[in-house]
Amino acid sequence: MSGVNKSLLIPLLVFVLLVITLGVGFSLKDPHILPSELIDRPFPEFRAAELHNPDRTLTRADLMGEVSLVNVWATWCPNCVIEHPELLRISKEEGVPLYGVNYNDEVRKAQAWLRRYENPFKFNIVDDNGKLGIDLGVYGAPETFIVDAEGVIQYKHVGPVNRYIFDTEMKPVIEQLRTNRLASQAAEVNR
Amino acid sequence: MKQINFLSVPALLLVLAMQSLTAVAAIDAYSFPDEDMRKRYNSLIDELRCPQCLNTNLAGSDSMISKDLRREVHRLVLEGKSDDEVRDFMQQRYGDFILYKPQVKSSTYVLWFGPVVLFFIAVIVMVRLIGRRGSAGKEKVLTDVEQDRLNQLLSK
Repeated sequence: MSGVNKSLLIPLLVFVLLVITLGVGFSLKDPHILPSELIDRPFPEFRAAELHNPDRTLTRADLMGEVSLVNVWATWCPNCVIEHPELLRISKEEGVPLYGVNYNDEVRKAQAWLRRYENPFKFNIVDDNGKLGIDLGVYGAPETFIVDAEGVIQYKHVGPVNRYIFDTEMKPVIEQLRTNRLASQAAEVNR
Repeated sequence: MKQINFLSVPALLLVLAMQSLTAVAAIDAYSFPDEDMRKRYNSLIDELRCPQCLNTNLAGSDSMISKDLRREVHRLVLEGKSDDEVRDFMQQRYGDFILYKPQVKSSTYVLWFGPVVLFFIAVIVMVRLIGRRGSAGKEKVLTDVEQDRLNQLLSK
């Protein structure tokens, strides 16, 4: 009795294993989205020109001082057009500084693009050879980083930002960082 | 049979055409001071994975990011960085994903040793199945009396 039944159970066992494997496999996140290595690491050092003001040299220090968003974009990137209205909204309504990294692009094209679609960025870092992009682990635009006041990367989003992603994922991070900062400033004052 | 041959010619041509495409993708005009550096560059772009395309290495990809990363590999090799330093540079930015040959560490043990473990499980199962079948066969074919009779006949 027991011998026969055991071998009959093998196909069922294989089937259950298959269901579990496939279930886990299909419910994994989009394999195109790489986990970022840069979370909790300082924003990479860079020296680059500003898009509208080539005489101005931007460095990592320009990003520091308050919590900010850094958006990697390019004129060749169709999803950048799609996310652009949301960036404009954030720059007007959310009170968080938004900086651009013009990635692998041409300055004149980028300037024209911003004239056409309106400029939400406080300044744009010209990354015309993609060097900063590589240091940021960028593999496709758009990508958006949340950088804290000390210049440390706290969050990264790959792909276009929309209202839902901003409200559910990014805003909580920004608010948390701001409260942390206020708390540490208060502690400083009390001391 | 004839039909298969007839069809296989365009199929073969297609495969050849596709192969030549991937080969062309990797031809950048990079110069190297010596052959050794060129070899190292070629093997590095062969084993590093394009971050944008799931199943292609840097050598076989025409995407912008792969071009940029090939340029970085070229720069790093010329700067005298070792192969491991180039891999570390890429891994720090793009994570384990970029390594087609993942490092041996606790999170990749399953990847490295899983197949070996599965192989040994398969061997054990096979040995036991064969063993059972073999002994079952011996027991069932002849009873003791029949076996004696057979031995008698054979020894005649």
